[in-house]
Amino acid sequence: MTTLPTPVGATAVAGAKAPAVVETSPAQYLTFLLGGEMFAVGILNIKEIIEYGTVTEIPMVPPFIRGVINLRGAVVPVIDLASRFGGKRSEVSRRTCIVIIELTENDERQDVGVVVDAVSEVLEIPASEIEPPPSFGAKIRADFIKGMGKVNGKFVIILEVEKVLSVDEIATLARVASDGGGADLTGGGAPSA
Amino acid sequence: MDELKQVFLQESGEQLDALESLLLELEAHPDDETTLNGIFRAAHTIKGAAGMVEAAAVESFAHVVENVLDRLRNHEIAVTTELAALMLACTDHLRVLIASEAGTAQLGAADIEAQTTSLLARLRAFGPGGQVQAQSHAAKAEEPGVQRIPSPQTGHNCWHISVRFGPDVLRQGMDPENFLRFLETVGNIRHVETLADRMPPVAEMDPELCYLGFEIALESAADKQTIEDVFAFVRDECQLSILPPHAKVDDYVELIESLPEDTLRLGEILVRIGALTADELNEGLRAQATPAEGEAPTNEAHDKPIGEILVAQQVVQPEVVAAAVAKQTQVSEKKAQDAKLIRVPADKLDHLINLVGELVIAGAATSLLAHKRSDGELIESSSLLTRLVEEIRDASLQLRTVQIGETFNRFHRLVRDACKDLGKDVELVISGGETELDKSIVEKIGDPLMHLVRNSLDHGIEAPAVREAAGKSPRGTLLLNAYHDAGNIVIEVADDGAGLNRDKILAKAIERGLVEPDAHLSDREIYDLIFAPGLSTAEQVTNLSGRGVGMDVVRRNLQALRGTINVSSQAGQGTRLTLRLPLTLAIIDGFLVVSANRSYVIPLDAVVECIERPESEHDRNYFNLRGQVLPSVCLRESFELPGERPARESVVVVQYAGQRAGIVVDRLAGELQAVIKPLGAIFRHLQGIGGSTILGSGEVALILDISALIKISGQAEQRLLARPEQRSA
Repeated sequence: MTTLPTPVGATAVAGAKAPAVVETSPAQYLTFLLGGEMFAVGILNIKEIIEYGTVTEIPMVPPFIRGVINLRGAVVPVIDLASRFGGKRSEVSRRTCIVIIELTENDERQDVGVVVDAVSEVLEIPASEIEPPPSFGAKIRADFIKGMGKVNGKFVIILEVEKVLSVDEIATLARVASDGGGADLTGGGAPSA
Repeated sequence: MDELKQVFLQESGEQLDALESLLLELEAHPDDETTLNGIFRAAHTIKGAAGMVEAAAVESFAHVVENVLDRLRNHEIAVTTELAALMLACTDHLRVLIASEAGTAQLGAADIEAQTTSLLARLRAFGPGGQVQAQSHAAKAEEPGVQRIPSPQTGHNCWHISVRFGPDVLRQGMDPENFLRFLETVGNIRHVETLADRMPPVAEMDPELCYLGFEIALESAADKQTIEDVFAFVRDECQLSILPPHAKVDDYVELIESLPEDTLRLGEILVRIGALTADELNEGLRAQATPAEGEAPTNEAHDKPIGEILVAQQVVQPEVVAAAVAKQTQVSEKKAQDAKLIRVPADKLDHLINLVGELVIAGAATSLLAHKRSDGELIESSSLLTRLVEEIRDASLQLRTVQIGETFNRFHRLVRDACKDLGKDVELVISGGETELDKSIVEKIGDPLMHLVRNSLDHGIEAPAVREAAGKSPRGTLLLNAYHDAGNIVIEVADDGAGLNRDKILAKAIERGLVEPDAHLSDREIYDLIFAPGLSTAEQVTNLSGRGVGMDVVRRNLQALRGTINVSSQAGQGTRLTLRLPLTLAIIDGFLVVSANRSYVIPLDAVVECIERPESEHDRNYFNLRGQVLPSVCLRESFELPGERPARESVVVVQYAGQRAGIVVDRLAGELQAVIKPLGAIFRHLQGIGGSTILGSGEVALILDISALIKISGQAEQRLLARPEQRSA
């Protein structure tokens, strides 16, 4: 043992240093516009971005569910994000896109499309530049917000997609809508579960 | 876990299922040889496979089971209820052993061990004794025409060599005595009988000729070939037959069973294990080709199997031949099965079906384009393409479907065991077993069905005495039935028992606070209460049912499959549970309709006819269909579609569960093949829509769930009537 003191000590030091490097690596976010406001979503959830095409409406569902699209043979539901936040449905323009987001809920993978007014860019926002969400005032359910990213001196709302697009919650809202025969429901309503 | 073991676990599971159902069959028909052989084969396969993955516990236990089965097969013991029960218990125990091999056993190692010991003890009662061998030995000694040495005490361990030296042996310079001496080098000669009956009177005797024959009992560990080689120099000159010791017969039988499963001729098998030498085989084959002297040269002689000839020639025991014949049949059957089945991972199939689905859609798009261009040749070639694609689609969908019969057949065991436990006599009648449905549904339907069957056995069908008192046959009937109806699969579980006790259910529900004491419920609503959690009318909780958790679990499982369950019951006559399941993941023949420029697909099975909407002076949703009232649903109203109703509309008359209804749409767009695409978890509570499909244009069309659509339309109407102020809104 006494013959090899130096290498043992060196290894220990190197091992202690390694994890610190991983933590500071900045995460990438896709930013997009919705009603003139900038939002961001972690890029790891995003599968692809497609042009707004034919969306088949589904009867007897809350208005924030715009319908379904044919994504290369798979039928994918499309959510109107503006309406989900309690506002009006997005108007379809030349720059309107559908962002396909992959979700994992209850061990099941599900692709969901969200309608956005325009896609901006992919940004790196370091963890140090992300503030906790405000307790009120954002006019969006607090649990939908993951954090407030600082980009060029402005705040960008980073969305908690698992909450915004919670399959369980949307399914429950859809059932309430179909049972209630078109009762006035908005996407902003509290989960009935 | 390595791959080999994985395969073993899966295959042995299948073999055990087969074993179980065969055992039940055997109990019903104890004389059926095919069943018995099937049972033996299954047990043997499990043993062999266990050996391959070094699952020693499974292998050794299976071996003992197999021994008993072997005796059964050889008619040494008879099929009794006790034996069948023991065998079933052994099957269960094998399952446990295999599970413990996989690390998924629910019992502790000590419990398993204890069970093994107790089962082995019970098996021993049926185990092999010396009786059989003694019998066959005695039988052989009595055979006429052949002189036999009396068996000494150790005789059964000795080779029996009988040799008749040819007359010219001495002239060729060979002395029979030398051979006997040489024989001593391969083993101990226990007994020699010299046969001098060919010896002529001394006056006629030629001293240069050999007249002697010997019957020799040789104790030796050498194999047959070595012993035969002793006589190599005189092989052509003498008649030699070497019969292996009886102790060796078992070894041979075992050897035969452990042979790799190649296609071998009978003779080859015997030579391979050493029970027969190549010379003996050749001689036998010659005998087969040329009828023996004195025998009439009939076809019969030619057709005599080689096995029989060999036995007649005294070169091999009949038991060994029988084992070899069994092995041969097993190999050929195994080969036939291998040719029939290919194991394919389910996800590969799913991928294929997804691709085929896309191919169908792309093909439809191409043909749409061809029609648009009005290019005759293109239309023709694309229609050929479409036809082929449709065939491919049908074939690949077939790959995923399985018959429900397999699932049904598993209940034979359940019913049998439950009857024993409950002292009831119930006959399980299965029909519609050939109804095909998607494998994923079959997998998930097993548990709910089991609950229902148990309930029927426990609560439904009465004890024989009670049934007789009620004027019914003491034997109850439980019916499992499956069929396709209007794009659904319907599974029925029906019994001819006492039926549901309406008052008892209601009283219990009131007691549990599930309904108000003064509520007025229809029969159907009361029967639906049995699905409420925690409601059981059983006075005593048995190990079969009565805990009140079964039915709500059943309903929940079915709902997860987008299925429904209905109860109908008649006091004293029985109960019928009807399960309706959608055909997810499948392709259906659909009928395309359009309302407000949106396409919808109605399952074609449900469509009876299409008519133009009759002129009517009212805006109520019923029509006069050839003198009958036809209630109908207007898609525009139900789905709150935008736009005005067109002047001319069509009505699709659909039939569902014996009811007729009309569906009012803007226009009809003809038949199509729809690849069902599930709408996903978000829409799992959506009623009235069964799924979606992608049209040739790339557009997504919704598939209507006719029964749910009619139901919710009815409910919506009731709601509106209850709130008149909203009616105009």
